[in-house]
Amino acid sequence: MYARHRLAIAVAAIAAAAVAVPVAADVTPERLLNAAEEPANWLNYSGTYDNQRYSRLDEITRENVAELELQWIWQASSLEKFEATPLVVDGILYTVQAPNDIVALDAATGRVFWSYHHQNAANARTCCGLVNRGLAIHGETLFMGTIDAHLLAVDAVSGRLLWKTQIADPGEFYSITMSPLVVGDKVMIGTGGGDGGARGIIAAFDVATGEELWRFYTIPGPGEPGNESWSGDSWRRGGAAVWNHAAYDPETNLAFWGTGNPSPVWDGSTRLGDNLYSDSVVALDVDTGRLAWAYQFTPHDEIDYDSTQVPILADVEWEGRTRKGMLWANRNGLIYLLDRQTGEFLNGKPYVAVTWMDGFDEKGRPNQVLFPTAEGAEFKPHVHGASNWAPASYSPRTGLFYVSHWEESASIAVAGEFPRTADDNPRQTGMGAVSQLPFFNDEDEAYGVVRAYDPETLDQVWEFRMADITWAGTLATAGDVVFGGGREGYFFALDAESGELLWKAAVGGQVNAGPMSFEVNGRQHIAVAAGNALFTFALP
Amino acid sequence: MRLTVLASICLAAGGIAVAIPARAQHATAEDIADGQRAFASSCAVCHGPDGNIIPNIDFSRGIYRREYTDAELVGIIQNGIPNTAMPATARMTVAQAERIVAYLRDLPEQDSIAVGDAARGREVFFAKGACDDCHAVAGEGSRQGPDLSRIGLERRGLEIEDSILNPTAVVQPDARTVRVTTNAGDVVTGRLLNQDTFTVQLVDAEEKLRSFDRKELRDFAFVASPMPSYAGKLSAQEIADLVRYLSSLQGS
Repeated sequence: MYARHRLAIAVAAIAAAAVAVPVAADVTPERLLNAAEEPANWLNYSGTYDNQRYSRLDEITRENVAELELQWIWQASSLEKFEATPLVVDGILYTVQAPNDIVALDAATGRVFWSYHHQNAANARTCCGLVNRGLAIHGETLFMGTIDAHLLAVDAVSGRLLWKTQIADPGEFYSITMSPLVVGDKVMIGTGGGDGGARGIIAAFDVATGEELWRFYTIPGPGEPGNESWSGDSWRRGGAAVWNHAAYDPETNLAFWGTGNPSPVWDGSTRLGDNLYSDSVVALDVDTGRLAWAYQFTPHDEIDYDSTQVPILADVEWEGRTRKGMLWANRNGLIYLLDRQTGEFLNGKPYVAVTWMDGFDEKGRPNQVLFPTAEGAEFKPHVHGASNWAPASYSPRTGLFYVSHWEESASIAVAGEFPRTADDNPRQTGMGAVSQLPFFNDEDEAYGVVRAYDPETLDQVWEFRMADITWAGTLATAGDVVFGGGREGYFFALDAESGELLWKAAVGGQVNAGPMSFEVNGRQHIAVAAGNALFTFALP
Repeated sequence: MRLTVLASICLAAGGIAVAIPARAQHATAEDIADGQRAFASSCAVCHGPDGNIIPNIDFSRGIYRREYTDAELVGIIQNGIPNTAMPATARMTVAQAERIVAYLRDLPEQDSIAVGDAARGREVFFAKGACDDCHAVAGEGSRQGPDLSRIGLERRGLEIEDSILNPTAVVQPDARTVRVTTNAGDVVTGRLLNQDTFTVQLVDAEEKLRSFDRKELRDFAFVASPMPSYAGKLSAQEIADLVRYLSSLQGS
């Protein structure tokens, strides 16, 4: 009795301590597999392995979202573009201050516990901004890829470096901007630098030691199937970088990685052929790194239609039966439903104005009808795409796919040169650039939208139109709210079924990241990076 | 070109303080054309096709962060600038980088206006042309139209001339005129200063800053520029003088 009483006191003391001083808990592989079951936390870039970016939290609803209030703002001391989605683990929020500082914050107050600074090598380079999109966690270890192509492991409690593994040579234009993917005892990540010719790498590492376990090149080497799709030696510097978050399917143990453009991007004459596996999705076995299947969205790309959008896994009704689907709104202006188990092309069509193709063959190969010319050919969508890297979302409640992207964008593709700006797109900005200039586009020029698409027909269900273009992602919630934003500096909430605007906040900086949701002290929060700060909102 | 680079290296090594000519002396037309192609494929992705996307840098007007020698520019193209977005291009040869520099040096020369007289052009601006009815230079004139105090940095001479002769052909996005009609029926015309999904900002004909909630507007429309054409109203010499004057405006 006495012993039991003492135990009860001890348990109560531990519980009290846990409330007063939150500590990072052990994020086991099982917790990552079942991340949807603990919506208070946000355990990877997209919340869950299927990348649905859907929160089961339902305190914030269509009915009350208009009452959202600012909770706290964390100001980064970096002027680089803020693209990271935070993680939240048991009351601690972890994010990245670009380029490569990890910061641990109290998710309830925004107060900083610690920060870890990584000094990139002097020869570290990116094509398009010194950005980072986020972290991964296993146990009490955080993982981050760096601009100088390293993978770091940092203790989530102390902020101390545990190990650091160099993946590739930044002098060869290799860099990392994406968030890692943790499955079991492996942490996987890909390399950027395709615009500088760096041959894309996806590699797996031991979470405890950083030892490399396998490596997959997105461009097959000599003797491997697909190498023949590159003329001469062009495969060596062919790009096909990997720079955005992968999806994971526990049923098949496959991870799905989008790949970037072939290089040199605007001159295909030196790299004749389809250039596999550029502008593709590759499905890799997580244990071995072996290729299970691949699908190429844009063969022999000469525009820059990276297929580095975040793949969304969802079960979709297709021709009378449920298919293990993969939804993809591509930079090339086409929206897809693939079978994630086989890579089979089920459905695809333009979702914005598209001029470069006029249909698919039965295997899903696009029929290209427009090519860059000496005088310039008007390619729609723009070189930066219809969508780009900003993460989309999917709600299993509404069954809709929510994509934030551009409409009516165009570039003038000149053979062998950087595409020219089309007259009707005077204010497109570079990938890594943040333009705070006023906005003057007229009605005929490119604009931003959040749209809901039916995953089976891939038809538009509703649209929320913005004046300016957008680089923001979306978040869907069980309260039937879709959150989005854009370059205008608004963060807003839409009705998930109708697209009606329900709430907006002028956050005074561009929203260039995906929103997320977590719960702390029993209250649902919504967080998003805007400008150079992280904003959180909750009901009063 | 190569001689210039070598000369600058020798001079630097000798410690002799001699102004290095900023312009490539020995570039051929082929060098410049090749440099243009290389610029388009390697540099324009960040700097833009006209080299003017990055703030405070405008190659088309010869504006750099500071004055660089050709050799310094070649070094930057090859090695990048550490801890900035300017990358190294390790596979580019010195000769290739030199041709890019030749192209950059040639850019501002392509459309210099040499025939006009700036002092006479100023007379045209404030008297016969009455440009100051809509535009201001260094605080003199109206704030209704775009301020021209720095127009010499922002536009090439040929572009300025085109705007004077055919002002509606190309209107810069920041010079667009809009007309809004409020739900109460008030009509306000002005130069668009900013807009977003929910609001519109403009400066009206009375030089007042106005902001509107789109919900309060019955109509919002882009309308033709109120700028008249000066073709036939000013002589060729007066237009050349005016262009020369405007090109000289690089003030604060």
